[in-house]
Amino acid sequence: MSLTAEDVRHVAMLARLGLEPGEEEFYAAQLGAILAHIDRLRELDTEAIPPTAQAVPLPARMREDEPRPGLSQERALANAPAAREGYFVVGAIQEAEP
Amino acid sequence: MTDSRWEAVIGLEVHAQLATRSKMFCSCPTDYLGAPPNTNVCEVCLGLPGVLPVINRRAVELTVRTALALGCRIARHTRFDRKNYFYPDLPKGYQISQYELPIGREGRLEVNGRTVRITRVHLEEDTGKLLHAGDALETAGESLVDLNRAGVPLMEIVSEPDLTGADEARDYAVTLREILRAIGASEADMEKGQLRAEANVSVRPRGSTELGVKTELKNINSFRFLQRAVEHEIRRQIRLLESGGVVVQETRGWSEAEQRTFSQRTKEYAQDYRYFPEPDLPPLELDPAWVERLRASLPELPPARRRRLVEQYGLPEFDAGQLTLDAATADLFEATVAAGAPPKQVANWIIGSRPSLAPEHLAELIRLVVEGTINREQGLQVLEEAQASGRPPGELVRERGLTQVSDEAALAGVIERVLAENPRAVADVRAGRQQAIGALLGQVRQATGGRANMKLATEMLRRRLGS
Amino acid sequence: MERHLAVIEREEPRIGAFLRVTEDLARSQAAEADRRLASGEGVTPLTGIPLAIKDVICVAGVETTAGSRILSGFRPPYDATVIARLREAGAVFLGMTNCDEFAMGSSTENSGYHPTRNPHDPSRVPGGSSGGSAAAVASGEAVYALGTDTGGSIRQPAALCGVVGMKPTYGRVSRYGLIAFASSLDQIGPFATGVRDAALVLQAVSGPDPRDATSADRPVDVLSELEAGVEGLRLGVPREYFQVEGMEPGVKATVERALLVLERAGAELVEVSLPHTDYGLAAYYIIAPAECSSNLARFDSVRYGLRVEGENLLETYLRTRRQGFGPEVRRRIMLGTYALSAGYYDAYYLRAQKVRTLIARDFEQAFLHCDAIVSATSPVVAFPLGAKLADPLAMYLNDVLTLGGNLAGLPGVSVPCGTSEGLPVGLQVLAPQWRDATALRVARAYEVARD
Repeated sequence: MSLTAEDVRHVAMLARLGLEPGEEEFYAAQLGAILAHIDRLRELDTEAIPPTAQAVPLPARMREDEPRPGLSQERALANAPAAREGYFVVGAIQEAEP
Repeated sequence: MTDSRWEAVIGLEVHAQLATRSKMFCSCPTDYLGAPPNTNVCEVCLGLPGVLPVINRRAVELTVRTALALGCRIARHTRFDRKNYFYPDLPKGYQISQYELPIGREGRLEVNGRTVRITRVHLEEDTGKLLHAGDALETAGESLVDLNRAGVPLMEIVSEPDLTGADEARDYAVTLREILRAIGASEADMEKGQLRAEANVSVRPRGSTELGVKTELKNINSFRFLQRAVEHEIRRQIRLLESGGVVVQETRGWSEAEQRTFSQRTKEYAQDYRYFPEPDLPPLELDPAWVERLRASLPELPPARRRRLVEQYGLPEFDAGQLTLDAATADLFEATVAAGAPPKQVANWIIGSRPSLAPEHLAELIRLVVEGTINREQGLQVLEEAQASGRPPGELVRERGLTQVSDEAALAGVIERVLAENPRAVADVRAGRQQAIGALLGQVRQATGGRANMKLATEMLRRRLGS
Repeated sequence: MERHLAVIEREEPRIGAFLRVTEDLARSQAAEADRRLASGEGVTPLTGIPLAIKDVICVAGVETTAGSRILSGFRPPYDATVIARLREAGAVFLGMTNCDEFAMGSSTENSGYHPTRNPHDPSRVPGGSSGGSAAAVASGEAVYALGTDTGGSIRQPAALCGVVGMKPTYGRVSRYGLIAFASSLDQIGPFATGVRDAALVLQAVSGPDPRDATSADRPVDVLSELEAGVEGLRLGVPREYFQVEGMEPGVKATVERALLVLERAGAELVEVSLPHTDYGLAAYYIIAPAECSSNLARFDSVRYGLRVEGENLLETYLRTRRQGFGPEVRRRIMLGTYALSAGYYDAYYLRAQKVRTLIARDFEQAFLHCDAIVSATSPVVAFPLGAKLADPLAMYLNDVLTLGGNLAGLPGVSVPCGTSEGLPVGLQVLAPQWRDATALRVARAYEVARD
């Protein structure tokens, strides 16, 4: 399957990856080549085959509902690019897509 | 909805925080309310690189209980999925939720005698909170992120679009809250954000089977607002359609101050959440034997109990409804009746404010009043003392000499004295102003220190004045 | 330990295996180990032994960046479970080793910092993604090292650097604290110069972890069969693995000689078939990128990591992630996002998962006829720096013999088995799930017979 520049823009926006000028075409070609290899998956009849999300069957291990203290505020914020009064700080939020 | 040419179609999505002590996928405590920002967090709920989720067993249990209480089919095999989107209150860039295989599906909830179908009940994690000074979130220069709430277990209960009006939508949410509280799944306090409702609202010409374009109402934090927002939105859509306009599919918020809904997104774009199975968690197998044990442990649910209280005790619907607002009240009612007090009287004593009294003592107190040993006013006094001391009401009544004056001779003396002292009132009664008799009765009550058998006193006064 | 710090000082300008050397930590841990050894208390086979740690495994208080600029300066407030276990065992941490950014690559050239060079020929790559760990052990800088393997990222650099590397059964070693690339494929494992040392390290870090729901509650017995030899074992030789695209004749010949060594040691060689081998790469390059696109969403500049400020939050996201991630990581995020997006999920992601089932079944079938599967680890020897950077697909083909083991969750060991063109060649031993001991046993038997 070939990829259009529009596909690349859409995917880049979903993934929040900025694109530099000209990169739509670059990625369209490069990802297109990889997808051309991947398209061989269509040769197989997988209709009746169940999907595998995890290869090793493991029983779900759950934990008991017992609270334990976590990190101090200082440690929680220690790696933050911007923090104030105990909060992480982020820039203006715009709901709509550009 | 008042318009006979149109009918509303409403579905509700309710999120309830589960009453667990620790978060969904880590051991941080869930009591974040009032905590300083980012003090209720650990590397897992902060979404630091390298961390992994581990499922809280209690959260699964409470979700299964809820699904059972709503008559859902419980999945034998279930799993968690990732819902991918970017937002600063979502630490990992995905929410661990359930998509294809929810814990419960195809349930029902009876609301005022109508059945509302439940589509699904699933388990997920809550997000953190964003704060912004002054301005609206979308226009503020910056926002502050507090992740104390991030990772709190959240259950989503989705209904089919079976609701037909704003009142019914509210009643559905109220009934759901009763059930969540009765089974201990959630404290479900809307003001505290433990219960959040989103309504999908559309209208269509009455009798039509096609669905109209729906809007999604968010930011609703009380049952009253839910009712008003839905009502307003139905009217708005009808007005729009009648004036030749079209309803735009969008998310709308409710402004209580302005009493209107407003569009929350100017540019609508399709979300693409890219759900896929959460690879950090093995699939969850729900052992049918365990599920059956949970089913057996469910208490009688409020709607069923309400019906039973009406049938078994002959109570009015209203009383039964009030008594089943929480399980403890209904429990006290039934135990007090079992201890030998008449049901309707017990209901009167309990509704409004539940006495904290042993059922035997409450029954004893109610009997003292019903049998006329003390009057209602004295009863309230005894109740207060019994609650404070924990001593049996009968004992208190004897000790304080609180028996009421039912002796006709004694009462007659008091009445004669009151009549003599209040000629004006006596003249009023004789002139036909019946309300003046109340003033005279008040004097009798006062003269006996509140101990007069008022029923008897009323009778005697009427006889004496020939009224 | 001082000896190793000296080797590091001497070798690093030539090799560049490390991103950070933690001398102070190493010295204090060595002093603590000396106390243990003197008192005899708390002594384990790893007490006082210096190791190198791949930069994707979190060490509390030590900068851990996954080889990425986006995590520059990040100091985890917690230890990965394997790190906690090694601390407990009295190990000495020399530092964090270079790797392809977020473990995505087969040459360590995708590091956000600098490339690492192959100790056998510094003009060539060490393999990857755990190239720094492999090179550190091969050059004698560290006695052993930890790496991670998602599609071959331990075994392939072990082969290219001429050391032993092992990927355990999925679930054998806790992933808690491993900065995830592809969660259903990632495993932590050891590098060492010999199989016995690798097994000792695996023994020390294995076992169930309450913080990792995918870690298995199974007894850890990886040493039990180590010296049992291959007498009577049936070793499967998958014909497809000797015919893959780009297999170098020198590598093929070297591995075939190694198989004869095993045969002479008493093993029975049986031909087996892994019919879906040609589809493994395609399935892998959907599943791994899909998981990575989600795993790497957390790098949003809110709580940690690089932030490149834009005029609003969306712009900040776009700029930060554009500049913070390197080209290969961006490529895989795009590929994975595409494979999961509306309209393509069934055609790509779901189909790849179904093919994963077919590949796992291939192995199950093959293991009905043999105790372990032997092949080359990499179809090629170490290649010159820059040779495959422009062609992602050519780079991906390095993993064609190893990624099947990840898709099927199998344990796999790469053990040096000679040279081709003067460069090391690795023999890969794959065993059924949880038969880590068998994989190590065959590798050890080869090592004994070879010497």
